[in-house]
Formats: sequence, C-alpha cells, structure tokens
Amino acid sequence: MSQSDLVLEVKDLTIFYGNIKAVKGISFTVREGEIVTLIGANGAGKSSTLRAISGIVPWGGEINYRGKSLRGIPADRIVAMGVAQVPEGRGIFGNLTVLENLKLATWQRKDKAEVSKDFERVFTIFPRLKERISQPGGTLSGGEQQMLAVGRALMSRGSMVLLDEPSMGLAPVLVQEIFRVITEVNAGGTTVLLVEQNANMALRHAHRGYVLETGTISMSGSGPDLLGEPRVKEAYLGG
Amino acid sequence: MTFELFLQHLANGISLGSLYALIAIGYTMVYGILRLINFAHGDVVMLGAYAAFYGAALFLLPWYIAFPLAIIITAALGVIIERIAYKPLREYPRINLFTAAVAVSFLIENLGIVIFGGRPFAFTRPEFMDVNLSFGKTSIISYTFIIIITAGILFAILLYLVNKTKAGMAMRALSKDIETTGLVGVNTDRIIMFTFALGSALAAAGGILWATKFPQINPLMGVMPGLKAFIAAVLGGIGNIPGAMIGGFLLGISEILIVAFLPSLSGYRDAFAFAILILLLLFRPNGIMGEVQAEKV
Repeated sequence: MSQSDLVLEVKDLTIFYGNIKAVKGISFTVREGEIVTLIGANGAGKSSTLRAISGIVPWGGEINYRGKSLRGIPADRIVAMGVAQVPEGRGIFGNLTVLENLKLATWQRKDKAEVSKDFERVFTIFPRLKERISQPGGTLSGGEQQMLAVGRALMSRGSMVLLDEPSMGLAPVLVQEIFRVITEVNAGGTTVLLVEQNANMALRHAHRGYVLETGTISMSGSGPDLLGEPRVKEAYLGG
Repeated sequence: MTFELFLQHLANGISLGSLYALIAIGYTMVYGILRLINFAHGDVVMLGAYAAFYGAALFLLPWYIAFPLAIIITAALGVIIERIAYKPLREYPRINLFTAAVAVSFLIENLGIVIFGGRPFAFTRPEFMDVNLSFGKTSIISYTFIIIITAGILFAILLYLVNKTKAGMAMRALSKDIETTGLVGVNTDRIIMFTFALGSALAAAGGILWATKFPQINPLMGVMPGLKAFIAAVLGGIGNIPGAMIGGFLLGISEILIVAFLPSLSGYRDAFAFAILILLLLFRPNGIMGEVQAEKV
C-alpha cells in the first residue's frame, strides 16, 4: 500500500493520567476505507487512545491524520478536519431534541444543501430517529441513543469515525443492527476505528485488528486471523 | 391599605423583581455551563451603570447611544474577565475558580474606588423615564413601567437566543456535557465567551435600569443587587434560566410587599431575601425549577 492511503498513523503514543501511564507507547495505522478495531479488556487503554486522537486528553508520541500532526489541535478543529467520534456511553444531550442533537454536529459545516442531504441519509439508515425527531434525546431507549450517536457522527461528515464501545449495554439484536450500520457506513466510504470489548463481533466486521493489553499492543493481524488466534480466543472470545 | 396604594407597591415590586431577574440570569447561565458561582457578577452590574453614566454625563451622549454602548462595553468586559481570570483555571478544581471569582470581585470594587472615586454620583434619568403618571389617586413615575417593559423585551430576546438559535443550542448542550460538545465539533471556548457576553450584557442593562430607579451610583452599588440576584437564581433553581426569572420576580415582589404591609419591619428589608432563601431551601433544596442533579463523576 502506498503512503497516501494512510488515514491515521499513531506512533509511540503515551497517555498519562496523573502518575499512571494508561497507554505505554502504542503504534498502529488505519488506511483509507478500512474498519480497524482495537480490542482489549477494561482499562487496557482503548478509550484513552480515542480520546487522545480527538484531542481531549494530553498525549505523547505522534498522531498524524492524513499526514498532518494532530498535536495541539483543539477538539472542534479535529472534527472539522474530518475525524468524528461516537463517545463511550453515547454522549447524547438529553435536554436537546433528536433533531438538535444531529444539528449540533453540523456546527462547522457551511454546505447547507449537503447538510440536508445528510439528514435524509441519516433518516434513511435510522427511520426510528425520524419518528422521534422532536423528542428530547433523554427519552430515547439505549439502542435509539446509540443510533443517534452514530447518526450524529455521520452528520459531521467525518471521513473517519471513531467508535467507542458502540455495542455497550445493547441487547444482542441491537448489537447486530449497530454492526450492520457500521459496515454500511464503511461501505459508503467512511474509514472506521472501532474500540470494542465485544471482540467477537468487532473482529468479524473489521478488516484488521489490534489487541491492547494494559497499555501495550500485544497482537495484531487481519480480523479473521485474530479470530482464529488461540490466545485471542482464550482471552477475549471465551475459549 | 387602599387598593391604589397596593397597586403602586405591586408595580414597584415587579420592577425591582425584573432587575433581580436580569442580574440573576447571568449567575444562572455561567453556573449552568461552568458550575461556577461568578461572584464578580454583581460588580459587572456596577460597571454597566458607570459606563452609562460616563457616556451620558461626561461624553454628553444621548441616552439612546450611551445606554446601548454601555451594554456592549460591559459585555466585552465580562468576556475579558472570563479570558483572564477563569479560562486558565478551567481544568483545576472548582474551588480555585470560585476563589478567583471572589478575587475578581474585590479587584473590580477597589479599582472602581480608585478610578471612579469613592463618592457617589447622581445618575440623571432620561426625561421620558421621569414622567409622573396618575392613575386615579395614585401616581407612578414612568421609569417603573419602562424598567418592566425593557426587562420583558430582554427576557424575550434571551429566551429566543437560547431556545431557537444555533449558539443557544450549543449553550444548552454545553450545560449538559462540555467535553462531548467539543467532540461533536462545537468550539466550546467561543460558546463560553458568548455566555459571559450575554450574562454581562443583561447585568449591564440591570445596572443601568437600577441606576434609573435608585439614581445614585457608587463603586459598591453592585454588591447588594448581586447578592440578591444570586439568591433569586438559587430560589429559581440555579442553572435554570426561567427559574432565575421567576426567582427574581418572587424576591422583588415579596421584598416590597412585606415592607408595605408590615412597615415596622422595614429595617429588616434586606434580611427577607435571606429568610425566604432559607425557608425555600428547607423544602425544595434544588429551587423552584431546579432538577435533582447527580454529581458528575
């Protein structure tokens, strides 16, 4: 692969919380059009990595997005550059309506015609959201909130979406649904970096994966390879 | 008490209440987004009154230029205070921010004494605010109504801004979760500046109208209105804008009416606000419109 389809390049990333080193020098890449997943147990540093990329925790090392360093760039500018995040726990604004939640993500966009097309697109993917368009976000069910969070990331028209535990707390049927949407969004040209504890689902849908253990990358490979890896099976797929 | 006299007191109470409400909104908005009690807010009220006074008395500008100009200058000062004193402390524990607010308050008051002088100035009302209006046996001076009408218009503008505009939407989002608001692409710094500008503009309007009602200004004139407006914000449920309005009116009207009905208690006038606060908090700790808030972890 050529250098030019590198979307995200993370080199020797370190993240400290006070004196605790949460991420101890990890390196990974994401290429154009890929779904890449970081799997690992609670506290392995997965969410911290996404938060560093989005510019909301301080970090050491290197993070480059399309060849440009993200050092010192504030969170809202990173979104404007095309990196959207669906944060852990969804981050829905319960006091804003569904429509307002989506509108907020278009903050940086000036292309009004395209914005209304994207509303149509989000409502086509998630007809449920259209039914609840003027309801406060706080009144939605967990699954609907997750859809809204993904829809919001689409509205900011990130060419790359960072997903933090999208399956968390959802019923199996909804987990299926969310992963179907992730695949669909990816097929539409969006590059995806997915953080998951549900290693089975994540690896089955990802092109490549990295296994994160207490702040370091212990394994990497294609989705199917990692699924077949005995150590992954034992540690993350329940034997 | 005659009915006419009662109406006169009521109008007086409503106008005092609308001043408390104008000032209370600034406390409640800043608390809503930063969880900060901006103790310097009362002093911003004073700055607004002085800016209008200098515009009108020193530079001889007509009121319709001096007053809006004073509001704009004060809004800018509010933003400067946020930039210099509060923004650098945003990542630190709340107590630091609170201490900074107390320090800013003392700084403004003492700078005020140095720059404006400690002696009070007489504030001249514009003529149209000094008209004696007779209703049967009572007469009310026109500023009472003008205060109420102006405050009403400002409340309407504010509610429109907060509920119907993009910036208002971002403010409401910010009050729930500042980090996620940044994550969806909103420039949170700018929204915080906007909030301080709005709150300070309303405080300035409150200060100017206060000076037309009690036409004497001094560098400490913002302290008591600031404190009462803070109580009004807590009464209404701090963080809640309609709550701050309701709290302001409740406080202003009850303060005037209690003294009107029980003149022997007039010496305790300022104590009523605090008594009402204590009573209300015993029964509704989150204020009239306040929601039960779980502490953020």
